Amino acid sequence: MVNVGKIARRSFLVGSVAVAGGVAFGYYAVQKPHKNPLLASLADGEATFNPWVKISSKGITLITPHADLGQGAYSMQAALIAEELDLEFGQFDIEPGVPAAAYYNTALGAELAPFRSTDESFQAETMRTVFSSVTKLMGAQGTGGSSSVPDSFEKLRIAGAVARETLKKAASKRTGIDVSDLTTRQAAVVLPDGTMLTYAELAADAAKIKPVKNVELRDPSEWRLVGKEMQRLDIIPKSTGTLTYGIDLDFEGMLYAAVKVNPRQGGELNGYDASTAETMRGVQKILPVTNGVAVIANNTWRAFKAVDAITYDWGDAPYPAEQADHWKAVEASFTDDFLDNEWRADGDVDAAIDGNSIEAEYRAPYVAHQPLEPIGAVIKVTDDRLDIWVGHQMPRFVQQQIAAITGHDVKDIHLHNQYMGGSFGHRLEFENVKLAAEIGNQMRGEIIKLTFSREEDFAHDFPRQIAMARGRGAVSGGQVEAYDLGVAAVSSSDSQGARANLSRPGPDGQLAAGAWNLPYAVPNFRMRTYKVPELAPTSSWRSVGASSNGFFADCFLDELIHAAGADPMAERIRLCDHDVSRKVLEAVAEMSGWGTDLGENRGRGVAFVESFGVPIAEVIEVTNTENGIRIDKVFVAADVGTVVDPINFDNHVKGGVVWGLGHAMNCEITYADGMAEQSNFHAHEGMRLHQCPEIVVRGLENAEKVRGIGEPPVPPAAPALANAIFAATGQRIREMPFNKHIQFV
Amino acid sequence: MRITVNGVTTNVDVEDEMPLLWVLRDELKVKGPKYGCGIAQCGACTVHVDGLAVRSCSITAKQVEGRDVTTIEGIGSPDALHAVQEAWIEHQVAQCGYCQSGQIMSAASFLSMHPSPSDDQIDHAMSANLCRCGTYPRIREAIKTAAAKMREA
Ligand code: FES
Ligand code: FES
Repeated sequence: MVNVGKIARRSFLVGSVAVAGGVAFGYYAVQKPHKNPLLASLADGEATFNPWVKISSKGITLITPHADLGQGAYSMQAALIAEELDLEFGQFDIEPGVPAAAYYNTALGAELAPFRSTDESFQAETMRTVFSSVTKLMGAQGTGGSSSVPDSFEKLRIAGAVARETLKKAASKRTGIDVSDLTTRQAAVVLPDGTMLTYAELAADAAKIKPVKNVELRDPSEWRLVGKEMQRLDIIPKSTGTLTYGIDLDFEGMLYAAVKVNPRQGGELNGYDASTAETMRGVQKILPVTNGVAVIANNTWRAFKAVDAITYDWGDAPYPAEQADHWKAVEASFTDDFLDNEWRADGDVDAAIDGNSIEAEYRAPYVAHQPLEPIGAVIKVTDDRLDIWVGHQMPRFVQQQIAAITGHDVKDIHLHNQYMGGSFGHRLEFENVKLAAEIGNQMRGEIIKLTFSREEDFAHDFPRQIAMARGRGAVSGGQVEAYDLGVAAVSSSDSQGARANLSRPGPDGQLAAGAWNLPYAVPNFRMRTYKVPELAPTSSWRSVGASSNGFFADCFLDELIHAAGADPMAERIRLCDHDVSRKVLEAVAEMSGWGTDLGENRGRGVAFVESFGVPIAEVIEVTNTENGIRIDKVFVAADVGTVVDPINFDNHVKGGVVWGLGHAMNCEITYADGMAEQSNFHAHEGMRLHQCPEIVVRGLENAEKVRGIGEPPVPPAAPALANAIFAATGQRIREMPFNKHIQFV
Repeated sequence: MRITVNGVTTNVDVEDEMPLLWVLRDELKVKGPKYGCGIAQCGACTVHVDGLAVRSCSITAKQVEGRDVTTIEGIGSPDALHAVQEAWIEHQVAQCGYCQSGQIMSAASFLSMHPSPSDDQIDHAMSANLCRCGTYPRIREAIKTAAAKMREA
């Protein structure tokens, strides 16, 4: 059981304030003296209040500051509050809230600490606290890193419980009945005789009393919503075409903008000729923007057409123009000069390998994010106020980026966060908001919707890191004896951080994520990372470092296990030194009937990767048909501590598997003449429905901490597929996308 | 040019070659059909023209003159759901949901022609609609449920 006292020590206070006609409950932070500046949350004397629950005579509103990229974050956050507040779905509205430091993400920083998530030592926990404090200091209200559930799980239930108990106290005052004789149900306080006093009618009274802080969270056995199947709040609008995404916004008199920016990312615009575009129907204005041109028209298509009709003289790319040179730079980085960190050095790999080395080299290409809703924004800039409507994962950073362009005070920049048609990391970047700000700034007073064409979106997608791994290992007596993996990659964290004006101390954990933290007690185990100097700009792509490292690390282990003549599942289980992870492997073995005969031309592969604190294993079955590899079935076992919503969990795991497999099969971004060669989905397709296997999912709840599931299903998908293809065909694929080496049906 | 959308005929003043998608979205403010690729690769813009699923990004205003265009808003609404929408809700297919208008419109047209589809037919019919979130397993289940509902109705 958790009470507010424990939370308060982390300067996380739930308070209440009066609002028009009622009361609001939420995070109330006051500056508290603290010796360690990292732990100070606010400037001297500063106090903020940001609500999670607002109740007035008109109704109940829950604030859900984690952005909804499609992952159901709004529903999840609402369910956590409603669980303790005794609300049913349908009894409240939700609002995304305004950007605020008070909504800083308590879970995001913890992932930056360089400790295995299975490490609960004092040192590891201390470092997590420090890193969390850094994100708090920055007021990093963010959505990403599968952190929405870990961040919300405790604090939103507390917000709900404080509101509930305060409303009960108000009811007690009004009726003279002891609080212990009151219960709550369906947005009302219930008196012993069954009379129901609705929260709405108690709201004004509740605003006048001190909030009850001495609350206990309910035991999981009492949960009505958490862990049960829920209907997502947005499911009906999303099934009827009635949900408004950012791209759907419409305002009276709105104009439509399209842009074209140098496709050699970061390269300059030397000149352009817009004489044809100027005469085209509907074109209202042609404006210069950084390294490119914007067209403002009275219809999106007319803006697209006109921006295409301009001829451009583009400057050179600030990185190698040809893909082969990118690979050369990665190949050349496996040297001491580029060593970023040695993450693990168990035993003595050099002695153990001594002349009997099994070696392999792996590659993972740049890959684009390309959520189905292209990026864009609606903006209105006036001299004293700026409004932007956009779906974004880092709202406070958006304000800063815009302020630097338009000169507005951050407090006058109003961001209205929107439902997003996917992100996968794409909406952590600022190209759309910066361009919208430049356009709006030059057309003050107008309301303008900027939409990226798919081609423009591809051209300016900062892709996943390009990476390589070199593995060396040794086996003896049917066991894996030595495992030495070096990964060389560009740092997407550095690339992304530079654009957000952030720098991170120490080595880059994402260069190693998914590889160094394998829970295997190989007697001689070394893992090193080499940081390749920035090439093309890159960014966080669903599961970040683990998306490439999981493939390298698990497939190379699979190679060693085969070389040892051991069973891939049995040897992983034997090596596993982490109880929760071992149970994940055992579960997936049992689910998939590991060891049974699959018959001719078929094969089965297993992979295990831990990312974002979630141990997850996948078994894939394939058939080698005349027309290529068919993926028949996927079995997934994952441990997230607590499954908050079983349906959403299942859908997410399946989606993550499809994402991981589809991109491993057929996606890459390559550069020629400094430009991405892939311009639309015909050239970067991902998985289509006919290729989708049956996917069987099991959520385990053995882990202590609750975790998010947005990213972890991705990393094991590619290695499980490669391992299955090896089992079926004897062909070892060491490079993504796999269709460079083998055909898929 | 006169265009009929969801039973309502309107005069629109657009170029002959403006894709139907942009007539719908920016001129008529019908936002159910989505822009995903503009080149008939993703299916997010799928609507029915005379009952058949077409990619509205790749058919022009002129080509639909005098024909019946139906968008997702025209097949059902939150208060009066189409059987396919009901099935989509029951199975909670959507993640981000951005592709789902197109998925539902493809499924509705397909099921009207194949009331008892085989797995292969479903795979074949639905593979032109991309879902970046990977909701394919639920799309398959929902189509089977919708087929059963439509047969009963
Ligand atoms: S937008 Fe029409 S098929 Fe993609
Ligand atoms: S649900 Fe997001 S693209 Fe299909």
